[in-house]
Amino acid sequence: MINHAWLIPVFPALAFPIIIFLTRRVRPLSALVGIAAIGASFVMAVGVLREVLLNGVTMAHPVEYASTWLGIPGLLKIEAGVLIDPLAAVMLLVVTLVALLVEIYSVGYMHGDPGFSTFFGYLSLFSASMLGLVLANNYFMIFFFWELVGLCSYLLIGFYYHKQSAARAGLKAFVTNRVADFGFMLGFFFLFAIFGTFNFRELAAAIPSYQNTGFLALAAALVFIGPIGKSAQFPLHVWLPDAMEGPTPVSALIHAATMVAAGVYLLARAFVLFASLPGIMLLVAYVGGFTALFAATIAITQRDIKRILAYSTISQLGYMVMAMGIGSMTAGMFHLMTHAFFKALLFLGAGSVIHALEEQDIFRMGGLYKDMKVTVSTFVIAALALAGVPPLAGFWSKDEILAGAFDHGFTGLYIIGTLVAFLTAFYMFRLIFVAFFGDRRAGLHAHESPLTMTVPLVILAVLSVVSGFVGAPFVSHGFSSFVYYGEPHHIEPNYGVMLLSTIVALAGIGLAWLLYGRPSDVPARLAERYRSIYKLLVNKYYIDEVYLWLFHRVGLGLAEAFNWHDRHVVDGVFDGVGDVTRLSGHKLRLLQTGNLQTYALVIFTAVVIIALWMAAPVLGGVIQ
Amino acid sequence: MNFPILTAIMLAPVAGLLLILLIPEREQLTIKITAAAATFVSLVLAVLAYVQYDHARGGLQFLQDISWVPGFGINYSVGVDGISMPLVLLTAIVIFTGVFASWDMTQRVKEFFIFLLMLVTGVFGVFISRDLFFFYLFFEVAVIPMYLLIGIWGSTRKEYAAMKLTLYLLVGSAFALIGIIALFLYASQQLGYATFDIQTLATVKYDLGFQKFVFFLMLIGFGVLVPIWPLHLWSPDGHVAAPTAVSMLHAGVLMKLGAYGLIRAGVFLFPEGAKFWAPLIAVLCIVNVVYGAMIAMVQRDLKFVIGYSSVSHMGYVLLGIASLNILGLDGAVSQMFAHGIMTALFFALVGNIYHKAHTREIASFGGLAHQMPRVAAGFLIGGLASLGLPGLNNFVAEFLIFMGSFTRDQALFGGILPFRILSILAISGIVITATYILRVVMKTFFGPRKPEWDHLEDARGVEMVPVVVLIATLLLFGLLPSLQIDMINNGITPLVAKVEAAKAIGGIF
Amino acid sequence: MITLNHYLAVGGLLFCIGLFGALAKRNAIAVLMGIELMLNAVNINLVAFNHFLAPDQVTGQIFAIFVIVVAAAEVAVGLALVLNIYRRRLDSNIDDLDWLKW
Repeated sequence: MINHAWLIPVFPALAFPIIIFLTRRVRPLSALVGIAAIGASFVMAVGVLREVLLNGVTMAHPVEYASTWLGIPGLLKIEAGVLIDPLAAVMLLVVTLVALLVEIYSVGYMHGDPGFSTFFGYLSLFSASMLGLVLANNYFMIFFFWELVGLCSYLLIGFYYHKQSAARAGLKAFVTNRVADFGFMLGFFFLFAIFGTFNFRELAAAIPSYQNTGFLALAAALVFIGPIGKSAQFPLHVWLPDAMEGPTPVSALIHAATMVAAGVYLLARAFVLFASLPGIMLLVAYVGGFTALFAATIAITQRDIKRILAYSTISQLGYMVMAMGIGSMTAGMFHLMTHAFFKALLFLGAGSVIHALEEQDIFRMGGLYKDMKVTVSTFVIAALALAGVPPLAGFWSKDEILAGAFDHGFTGLYIIGTLVAFLTAFYMFRLIFVAFFGDRRAGLHAHESPLTMTVPLVILAVLSVVSGFVGAPFVSHGFSSFVYYGEPHHIEPNYGVMLLSTIVALAGIGLAWLLYGRPSDVPARLAERYRSIYKLLVNKYYIDEVYLWLFHRVGLGLAEAFNWHDRHVVDGVFDGVGDVTRLSGHKLRLLQTGNLQTYALVIFTAVVIIALWMAAPVLGGVIQ
Repeated sequence: MNFPILTAIMLAPVAGLLLILLIPEREQLTIKITAAAATFVSLVLAVLAYVQYDHARGGLQFLQDISWVPGFGINYSVGVDGISMPLVLLTAIVIFTGVFASWDMTQRVKEFFIFLLMLVTGVFGVFISRDLFFFYLFFEVAVIPMYLLIGIWGSTRKEYAAMKLTLYLLVGSAFALIGIIALFLYASQQLGYATFDIQTLATVKYDLGFQKFVFFLMLIGFGVLVPIWPLHLWSPDGHVAAPTAVSMLHAGVLMKLGAYGLIRAGVFLFPEGAKFWAPLIAVLCIVNVVYGAMIAMVQRDLKFVIGYSSVSHMGYVLLGIASLNILGLDGAVSQMFAHGIMTALFFALVGNIYHKAHTREIASFGGLAHQMPRVAAGFLIGGLASLGLPGLNNFVAEFLIFMGSFTRDQALFGGILPFRILSILAISGIVITATYILRVVMKTFFGPRKPEWDHLEDARGVEMVPVVVLIATLLLFGLLPSLQIDMINNGITPLVAKVEAAKAIGGIF
Repeated sequence: MITLNHYLAVGGLLFCIGLFGALAKRNAIAVLMGIELMLNAVNINLVAFNHFLAPDQVTGQIFAIFVIVVAAAEVAVGLALVLNIYRRRLDSNIDDLDWLKW
């Protein structure tokens, strides 16, 4: 199966043109093609994982095969290759599984949308690109698919292109990511300039013995800009909340579970590069930690259900990046996996609510648990998992990150992480208490979603519960001996950390209940009392405003100045040359009086002068 | 190879032109079909030649020689190598699609197609000539019909634009002509006999001062066509004024004549001169890329956006040339091809919109994707190509250029400015490009449906021919770049070997 | 004895009169007459040179005949032009004939 792993992205890649060109008019067929393709990929991914487990493919001994995509003899070899190690195998499974569930869900969610078929086409293209990214064996290929997932993200965010806000959000996402890709591209250019290859394993072999760490650190820092953009880390996080303009299944698949995790996956793939540079690792860890805290504080004041989840995603991605930064690739990937399940579930649940109510403001919902039992109960499970309540998945993965931070002596990051855990529990249960419990609001007619939507919810809920156990510290030969960097290791359970994080999570839930569990005016009074802080948080620290100002005033201002310069200075010079020519012609033509006799006089004078001049030697001779 | 395939590629439009002369003016459809058929013959032959080109043998192929003026060593001699073959193919594709893009032409149809075919004959001639004299001759043949095509069938300040374009190009070609004559005299003195054959001229050892002087002349002469900043202004004005098919040819092919001339008659003949002036080219290309892209961002006319985007993208070609290594020059030629196809696609679509909406004012549009989904999709794909999305030809080209310039190890301005910094500045253009192109897409095609544009019909029938052909080309060479890069590399390798063998000299800065 | 110098003096005088007429006269017919005078001055010189310097050859006389022929043709064309202009403009004042100017 591993030898045919290259087929995994090919199925959805074929589905895309089939849907767009052939089955667009027959909607059920489009959905069927899309789901069948990703289903086939899923089956293959399961097969690959099984073989990886059985055949002893480890991080140290991966399977790799490649053919040359573009080669210039002696200078450049760009491969289209497949690199299968446990990291890729896990990621393949996560991506295909979530994509499959989301596509099934979309059959219900997108029902009746005029762009139904196109939607499945785009989802297929996305799946293909994402799977290609996961399988990539070199930086070039990862960049190739990195851009393509960015394209799919752009297309799907702007899926409702008739909405100005959606079109703008798509543009913002693409351009923000472009900035990051610029850095990423330069980063691997530097690597190529040093080592002359893009291949991960060749680089991994060459990097440790390279001496000029300053140059290497520059390359690593530039490569890290890629994940900052794609995984929405501060300061390039601004696109992800706006990306919620896209249809909700897209938010679940692309902007929660898979694409945004690609940045973390890249960090894992490029881990050799970072591991040799402690300074850069520290930078990565603090960017992640800061983002986690920063986004969590914004999340507690938001009102839009999808935006809360978006900031939560940014915060959790910060966790993963932080895990990478503290040197625990295992923890980062583990959290990536569990997060993919429960965050996809949260988004799909939110989608189910939106589908039923066509409303996204949580303060205009309420009492939904009476009408949407499946949605609400799965949503609560996911929220508990996210909050880190044992024994759900999020608890184990988050705990591993916190324990890692604690054990490696990053006390500051550990404190930040614990604080974020508290905030996470608080904002999630604020959402739940406000939106799902309490009294029904007038005018809302909630109803449970169809089976195509609830079945994926239930499956994901099960995964949110059980997927944590593969990495729980008391499981021998668990996740940590499967996906790791360096040597397989086993993390000893740190009961102190576990206990504290559980307490913190429960405290967060408790506080949410106190403030929002029943009707009270405390939140409003708090907001009034700390008005400036509240405004700062509601307005997301005004970062969007700063960027907009920079773009409109500085960027466009400069562009206008250039335009003026081009039109008046540069063109002025050349038009000036033309004008001088024309003007001098205008003046010189006055010499032509048109009077024949004047001309004749001039001609005659000229003839006389020339004759004299030519005769000068002869005449001179006569005189002498 | 006995069949003179290159001459046939060039003469097919001439045959079409002569046939059109015989067709009465009122038979407009017949005229168009004749033009399409003639260019189709060229296209088929060009594809055939492209496929038949023998990679193992390399060098110039499909040779043909006819003595013309033996006294001055002028021969009609043609042949293509890995550099010119893709450009011949490009020309064939662009003119073929261009004929379809002007299917809705109704004014003086006969003359229009005659001039169009004359123009393309000149372009083909430039790319296939091995003789510098014919190279220049065809170059002029390509410039003159352009004046008439823009002056008669254009829009928006057409007389001004046509005159401006012609003056710029003729002044440029005057510089090139001086260079060519100087080169001819110098070489015939050295060789002891007169010749215009480029390959023979390349064997002559030119002294350094001469190389610097003549390369500079070539840089200005062909640089105007590229267009190199600050000699670029003919191009946005010309693009805007020109009718659709002419814009396509103009931006798609004519600009490439400049870059091709710079490589063929500049770098190839004067490697040391090229080394001397390369830093200047590199610095100017930054201006092209960044400044051009910034200006494109604030344009209000769709065609101006595309016009300035061409300035910006051709800056990448210059960067590739300035890096003077295999990767960079491979990328430069590939970028010429890719940009030609992409920009032709843009102009075909903008022409389509303009023909139906009678305006190109971006602000007046919005939500056109509702009325013209195919045009919107085509434009978006063109935009994605323009911003260098993987899977499309432009990405491969730009990537190679970036790699080439990035791996060039040279310090400028007395060692304080590594070449790499310049290439990083140029690479930053991809961010600006993405911004302006997607903003235009958003403002034009996305947003709520505007009822005033409900009468616009989507592209269909023959209008789709250019869109489909051009997008397919972009995808083909984007997904299977070795089809293109192997060919180009074949032509670039000897050229770079010559550059590297040349004496190492410091650049101008 | 009439020497070459006498002939040349007459020729020069005639030429100057003709030149003055051609350059200064306002009437187109008079200008043409001036030109005729200049041509005939040349003819005198040619014949005189021939007679005094190379009496055994007739080169100068042939030249003179050529000039006469050309002058006749020229007068024919010139008069035709003047006549035409006069018919259309009722004027043969040369100062008004400046339409070639721009």
